[in-house]
Order: sequence, then structure tokens, then C-alpha cells
Amino acid sequence: MSKQHVSTTINGDEVEFLCEPHQSLLEVLRDELGLTGTKEGCATGDCGACSVMIDGRLVCSCLMLGVEAQGVEVTTIEGIAGADGLHVIQQKYLEHAALQCGICTPGFIVATKALLDRNPDPDETTIRYWLAGNLCRCTGYDKIVRAVQDAAQNLAYEA
Amino acid sequence: MAEALDLKAIGTRPVRPDGIDKVTGRAAFGADLHLPNMLHGMVLRSPHAHARIKSVDLTRARAAEGVLAAVSGADFPGGAGAGDLAKNVIARDKVLYHGHAVAAVAAKTLLQAEAALDLIEVDYEVLDPVMSLDEAMADGATLVNESQHTNGDTSKPASNVAATQRFERGDLAAGFAEADVVVETEHRVPMAHQGYIEPHACTATANEDGKATVWCCTQGHFDVRSLTAQVLGEKVGNIKVIPSEIGGGFGGKTTIYLEPLAVKMSQMTGRPVKMTMSREDVFRATGPTSGTWCKAKIGAKKDGTFTAASAWLAYEAGAFPGAPIGPGCMSVLAPYEVPNLVIEGNDVLVNKPKVCAYRAPGAPQSMHAMESAIDELARQLDMDPIDLRLKNSAAEGTVAPYGPRFPAIGLRECLEAAKVHPNYTAPVPEGAGRGVAVGFWFNIGMQSSAEVRIAEDGAVTVMEGSPDIGGSRASMALMAAETLGVPYEQVKAHVGDTESTGFCNVTGGSRTTFATGMAVVQACEDIIAQCKQRAALTWDLDEEQVDWVDGEAVPKPGVNADVKPLSLADIARGAGRTGGPLLGRASLNAQGAGASFSCNFTDTIVDTETGKVDVLSFTAVQDAGRAIHPSYVEGQMQGGAVQGIGWALNEEYIYDDNGVMENAGFLDYRVPVASDMPMIDTEIIEVANPFHPYGVRGVGETPIVAPLAAVSNAVRDQLGFRIPDLPLSPPRVLEAIDEQGGH
Repeated sequence: MSKQHVSTTINGDEVEFLCEPHQSLLEVLRDELGLTGTKEGCATGDCGACSVMIDGRLVCSCLMLGVEAQGVEVTTIEGIAGADGLHVIQQKYLEHAALQCGICTPGFIVATKALLDRNPDPDETTIRYWLAGNLCRCTGYDKIVRAVQDAAQNLAYEA
Repeated sequence: MAEALDLKAIGTRPVRPDGIDKVTGRAAFGADLHLPNMLHGMVLRSPHAHARIKSVDLTRARAAEGVLAAVSGADFPGGAGAGDLAKNVIARDKVLYHGHAVAAVAAKTLLQAEAALDLIEVDYEVLDPVMSLDEAMADGATLVNESQHTNGDTSKPASNVAATQRFERGDLAAGFAEADVVVETEHRVPMAHQGYIEPHACTATANEDGKATVWCCTQGHFDVRSLTAQVLGEKVGNIKVIPSEIGGGFGGKTTIYLEPLAVKMSQMTGRPVKMTMSREDVFRATGPTSGTWCKAKIGAKKDGTFTAASAWLAYEAGAFPGAPIGPGCMSVLAPYEVPNLVIEGNDVLVNKPKVCAYRAPGAPQSMHAMESAIDELARQLDMDPIDLRLKNSAAEGTVAPYGPRFPAIGLRECLEAAKVHPNYTAPVPEGAGRGVAVGFWFNIGMQSSAEVRIAEDGAVTVMEGSPDIGGSRASMALMAAETLGVPYEQVKAHVGDTESTGFCNVTGGSRTTFATGMAVVQACEDIIAQCKQRAALTWDLDEEQVDWVDGEAVPKPGVNADVKPLSLADIARGAGRTGGPLLGRASLNAQGAGASFSCNFTDTIVDTETGKVDVLSFTAVQDAGRAIHPSYVEGQMQGGAVQGIGWALNEEYIYDDNGVMENAGFLDYRVPVASDMPMIDTEIIEVANPFHPYGVRGVGETPIVAPLAAVSNAVRDQLGFRIPDLPLSPPRVLEAIDEQGGH
């Protein structure tokens, strides 16, 4: 089967790539484009380590084909920090020690961004249910939830 | 309590040195390396739980499109001395569990490798699998290994019981005779997995001169080097291992699976070979922890004084010997003064994956049993469960059941803190139950080395060899900053590969902050000694006349010298004139890893319609000796608590009749998610470990020990009867409620 040509936007950059029809977006990001910040923990949509945003919507990139990226805007962990430094979400994850091994962290940060983009003032229950698609085996979630709460407060203050 | 040291860096909560890389996606983990010309390796795994391999034919696979190498057990003759390890990496005569590696291929693409696996022809003689402890220990049981004799005693018939362990003290019968109340309980806990989010991965490159480099995610790259060399029959010096960042391990990444296969196939092809496990592979073919069957018995006088206790433990080893019965036996009664005791452990072969370390290996299961029995005892005695434990608590001078006398330990302090904790003095929420349990881990020391280098502007580089699995670079940098008297920001800590730093044992046993930390402190003291000598030379004084205060060399009080203090940067800048670059080092085999005790309590509520248990609150109190970076100590306590809660409530290996795991994925092997959990409240107790320069005890493992029993005891409190087995998943709880209703 021949490779497919895909035109897409990744973290604001126009990107073209060739991929096999069976390749997941996760495989394309990691293996073809070198964007290894997005992680594979299960490849079955159960762990959220591969979380990205497609046109602002949170998805598991392991459950989406590379060819489906045609014409959409993809945001990965590599696109969260700006030229002026870390995003406040990233800063708060660091300050709250909301990561231990760090493998789930890119997925959590993308998921947090997707949450706060649509709901700038989530309560604890909302945060916990929104992040329920992302597994963390190190932290017990406590410090992650606190980091998200603090980030939301900071974003509200900045806005 | 820890003496009041005037600490500046230790106890603060700075951002970890590797933090930015981890929140931006820059940090490179096991599967993140891509090399030019790289091949993709894949493993063919056994479809049977127990079978004899009659033949493996790789001919068609080798001829397949894109395939450059294919190997089976026969290709690893050098590994004869590596024994079980080699046979676990790739099967030889028998496959011993479903998912056991049988062959591997390397091809230009993953798809080609996957297709080639279908072309490998394996002829099996299928045997009956041994899937439970009862089956394995029954008379006339099918043998997992026909030449396995208990404790190597060939005068007795072969047995699935590979080894036994026994601790004994006093007169057990007399002790129970003295008791006013005796409680006996029996518990089964199924096999469970560490559930690290990063699957095992490695990339190997072999050069034409026979030297190979392995990049992999591991808790101990020096161990990967020696174990890979053993399986390949190579010299250790021919293998270099570079540890990537590691995406969780919890003990599960202290051995090897893929590395020898990748090196071998790289040697055969002259190209790099990358191998990664799928999540399914991780469940089926790496090392979970033992499923267990434990019996606990404990007796006490009316006033609560323990008179005798016994524990009988049988632990699944999986396919090869090595269940953690030693630590299971050591832990089960370690928190208490018990005058008469017998503790017995059995290491039992079954046709399941070979178990590996899992956070305080063996302790959560045995202590779940005894802490459940003690909970029943407290009920029968009508005593507060914390008071009963305080009454019998081990303290400095108590002789542990496994031999040594405890130095200063913090169990009483934990119990006392729990007793007055606002979450404990608050009433139990309406309809809910409360459970208490104690946790323990002895912690280990072992070998570590560290090097400290000073740049010309005074920048401090700490090089050590303990993979950083949860923020240890921050604690190393904090201890270095404290010792040298410089700001934390001036220090960077790095984990070097096997050729750029000195030997360190695995990151495990909660040893890193203790042992590698001790090496870092000593290497910094080496730097200070050198700085004093350089300053003395500069000032024309004797070394003894120079002091090191707040990061500067100064003349000692009373020394008559009109000189300005010399900072680390001053001395480093002029080092060429005083003897060359500043390089401090230390290597040690750390002794005196202090045991860490905990007390956990939790409020849970069972939905009696569905059997679902919700955790309303969870409080962990633990002795850390000294919290170097308190946030990461709390993180260990919170993470361990949630792992333990998951084990108590949901996690288990479920097998079908053929020995095939039915839930080898995160959808069906359900680990806790954020919406399952409340905040986890923590209280750090600091009873300094006298054997560490800053009083550190390991903290990583103890947190998972108490939650199993704490949750069980809370459910017992609400329901009014005990469900002895775990997990307390909805089907089991509902069944138990229905049964009770039927009485």
C-alpha cells in the first residue's frame, strides 16, 4: 500500500508528511516527525499519555489515524510553552511537584490545557473527572489536582 | 525527633533540575531514541502457559521481506551460566507462562517484523498449567520444573515449593496459652502489577569491534550491563548502558527482558535494533508481584499485650523461584514486640510470569493479613486500634523478628501523631467505616558512588549513577548545596551512564536518597577538604588553620591572617595554581539504612447496592528520618497510598482455565484514576536516622504497605463483617454482602 500525503498544522506550523494508512497519529508524531514528547503508554486509549488537541479538542493520538490529521490543527506538548517561556500550567506542575517519573506529564499538561481552555474555573470534582482519562501511577493525583487548581487561579488573575 | 540542625537547603521545595524537560516533552524516555538505519525488533511469545518446546524453525521468518535477523533460545549458548534469568529472557526447553518469549526478529519496519512473527514455526507439547498456590502445593501436583527441589534438597521429591523461610522466637504454644483472646484470619491476594505507565523499551547498537551500547529505561543501568553480559556470555566491559529517563518502575525495572535480544540482533546485523513492549506484553511477560495466601494468628492479654503471633505465607514466584518471602516474613510482625512467634514463608512455582520487585516486595500482602488480624483483635478487646498498636509498638532497642535490634525508629511517633490527627479525632462520616493499619519497610543501603566537579565560576556538577525515578536529582542537589554551603541553584545533579560515572546499585529498596545521597555528601566533603587545602596554600597557612563556613574558606577563629574569604568560585578559578581542577569523589557500601514505619487510616463507604467502595479520605503518617525535599516525600506517600488503594479495591490478574491472563490492558486491569481518589493527606514524621549525615531514611516503599489493610479494615468497620480476600472489587463485595444477608 502506498504512503498517503497529509497536510496539517502542528503547533502552529504548517506540516506535510507521508504516512502509511494504518499508522496512528501517535506513531506519525513520534516516528515520522520526531515529536517524541507525546508518549505511548498503552496504544488502546486507556492511559492518556498520548493526549493531544485536535482543533482544541482533547484526543488520544493513539486512537486517531495519521491521515485523519489532514487539514486540522494539532497541538502537542511541544506547543504548550511559548517563546516567552513556560505556560503557567507547566510552571504550576513544577512548583507543586506534580510529577515524579514524568512519563504521564505531557499528556496531563495537554489535558489540563484543554480543560482550562473550556472551563477556566473548574471545581475539584470537575478536574478529577476531566483528568480521569489520564493515568498517573506515581503521584496519587493529589499534587496534580492542586497544580491544576493553582494554574486556573493564575490564569483567572492574568485574564 | 530529629535534632535541630541549622539547615538552609534541606527541607526546602525547589523545582527539580530535570523538571523543565519533563513538562515540555523534551525529556527522552526509553522509547524516544531514533537512530539512522535502525531496525525494529519484535518478540514471539508463547500461546501456552506451560508447554515443552519440541522445535523452533526460523527459516521462513528469516527469509521474509525486510527481516535481517531472527533468534531463538538456541542463539544464546553463552547464557548457560545465567540460568533462570536467561531462560526468562528467552525460553529454551519449556515455556512456563503465557507470553514467555520464544523467538525474536529484527526487520526494517515494525510491520515487517510483526508479519515475520507469523512465519516462525514452533512445535509445542502442551502441558497442564499450574495456576494456583493450592494446586501447586497439593500432593502429586504437576511440576513447573521437574528438577526443582525445596531448598535444593534432592533427598526429597521434586516440588513446586522452591524455598522456605522460617523465623522463630520463644514458645508459641505457651504464648497462645497465656492469651485471653486469640484471633486467626486467612487471606488471599491475587497477583498484581506495578503498572508503570512507560512500557519497557531499549535500543542497542553493536559495533564491529564487539562493543555494544544499550539505551534503555531501567532502575539500574549497571545491573542491565552485568545481566545482559551474563545472558550473552559477553564481558561486562563490552557493554555500555545509557539510562534514559524512566517512566515509572516501582521495582519492575530492576531486571532485563529485551536487552540481550536487541544486542544479539544488532551484533548479527551491524545495525541498531530498537525493541519496545506493548502494554499487553508488559502485563503478560514482565514481573508482577506474587499472588499470595497468608494465615495470621495473634493472641493478647485483656490489656492488649501481645503474647504470641504466627504467620504462614505462601507466595507465587511465577515460573522461576524468587517470590519475596524473605521480606514478607521480615515485615509481617516487625512493628511489634511479640515474645513468642513463628513466621513461615513458602516460595512457590506456578505457570505465571516470573515475579519481580514491587514496592516493598512481599510486605503489603503479609502485613495485610496480620494488620487485619490485629484489627479484629482490637474489636474483641474493645480497644482503639491505634492504642492497641501503641501498646505493643516496637521502639529503639526492640529486637526485630528477623534478628537485629532496632536503632532509633519512628513508629510510636507515627502512631501518636495519627491518634491526634484532625482526620482521626473527627467522627466517622455517617454510614462509612474507618480503618487503621501500620506499614513498615526495612530499607537497604548497598553500593553507590558519586563525583562532584566544580566549574571555574563555582558551578557544582554532581554525577551519580542512580536513575532518577521520582525527583532524586533534586534531593542530591539539595544535599550537595547544604554540605557545600552554596545555593541550590548553583548545583546541577546528573545521572551518568555506566562509563561516565562510578558504580551504583539499582534505584530500589528506597536506597537512593539514603545511600547515593550519602556518597554525594561525602564527595562534597572531599571538595571542602580540597578547598581548605587550596586556601591554606594561597594564604600560606596550615590546612588545620582553615575553616569552611557558608560556602567559603576562612581562617579559623584566632588565626592571625589578614585575608579575604575564598568562595568556591574563587578557589575553582585559581585551581590551576593550587593543584588542578577540583574533583571530589566518594564510593561506599552504605550501612544503617533506617527502617521507615507508617500509620495510615482511611474512611471508606461501601455502596451496598453495587458493592463499590469509595475512599472518602486517606491519611498517611510516615517517618522519613529527614525530608530532604518534602514535596517529593509527600509525593511518595500519596502515590504509594493510591497504588495500595488500587491493589485493595480493584487490581488483580484474572486468568482463564488455560492460564491466559484475561485482563492484560489498562481498561480491564483497572488502576485508580483521578476521579476515584480524594486528596491524600500526609504528615511527615522526622526521627533522624543516626547513620545518615542528615538523618535520611528511605521513604519510597513503606507508603504502599499499610493501605491494603487500612482499606480492608475500614470496609469491615462499616459492614460489620470481614471480607478477608482482596481486591474488594464490586463483584466480591456484593457477593459477600449477599452471603451475609443469607445467614
